[in-house]
Amino acid sequence: MKTMGDKGWSPYLAGALTGVVIILSVWSAGQYFGSSTCFVRTVGMIEQLFSAERVARMDYFVRFMPEIDWQLMFVVGILIGAFISAITSNSFKLKAVPDMWETRFGPGAIKRGIVAFIGGIILMVGARLAGGCPSGYGLSALVQLAVSGLVALVCFFAGGIVVAQILYRGVNRK
Amino acid sequence: MNILLNGLIAGILFGFFLQKGRVIRYDKQVGALRLIDMTIVKFMFSAILVGMVGVHILHIFGIAKPLILPTAIGANIIGGLIFGIGWGLLGYCPGTSLGALGEGRLDALWGIFGMLTGAALFAEVYPLLSNTVLEWGKAGSITLPQILGMNPWLVIVIFISGGLALFRWLEKKGL
Repeated sequence: MKTMGDKGWSPYLAGALTGVVIILSVWSAGQYFGSSTCFVRTVGMIEQLFSAERVARMDYFVRFMPEIDWQLMFVVGILIGAFISAITSNSFKLKAVPDMWETRFGPGAIKRGIVAFIGGIILMVGARLAGGCPSGYGLSALVQLAVSGLVALVCFFAGGIVVAQILYRGVNRK
Repeated sequence: MNILLNGLIAGILFGFFLQKGRVIRYDKQVGALRLIDMTIVKFMFSAILVGMVGVHILHIFGIAKPLILPTAIGANIIGGLIFGIGWGLLGYCPGTSLGALGEGRLDALWGIFGMLTGAALFAEVYPLLSNTVLEWGKAGSITLPQILGMNPWLVIVIFISGGLALFRWLEKKGL
């Protein structure tokens, strides 16, 4: 295994402990992991600030009510948990351009920001079309052996691998 | 109130383990998509295998109800591939983008703005999709044991064996 400069835990251990959290969430609250639905609810709440009547008339926001729910708190928690872990292990680092990106596309933060923004739009449209993201399908659906989880997860990786191979074509793999 | 606090605590634990596993970084996510660093695959499958056993035990004892995202083959495949394209560009997924921001990766913020914009766009076009793409290949809440006609525990044993073989192979290859 490659050892990076700052050491974390084994991904097997961190992953297995995440599995325990999945079980505890289902047990204690009947809730399964998911991350993309709350982006719909959040943007619904933002749009309500401008035109509450319009939001009330939109089918998608009727189906996914703009409100704070378990999943929205869960996603906020991810930010807090990662922050706590990073701060207490000295691995918090303010960075606008990832290392791998920089070696390929240079240090420009604007260029990176534009691609990240566009990638985010495409990703979320795909997630809502598919009905979920790697948390909902990869973890929650596959944990329950759902066919949808397996199909979606394979497609997530297939699409991602094609794009990554194109973006980093001819780049040293180290 | 209680349910919201429960969600927050689950998220904090998940975010903590994501950061400890070093899986929320662009380099790790895209590293997996470039097939040069499979850290996120190891993390994800470890979580899935452990969760699979525990959640099925909860279902058997009736402690928790299954909540199976329905299968709609057309939408799952098309949406999944579109998601993958965006994921390859952004290098974070919806959950990990928040984690990445938590460890100071500011580019994740642009991704989060993009994802909110994407959700808004999807809400606009949803009426056009709800009777077309989203209906293609609709098969309901089906599971692998159902379509294979197998006992769920047998499928779980197959998954665990396959997962352990995958882990061994990845370690041997140094990925």
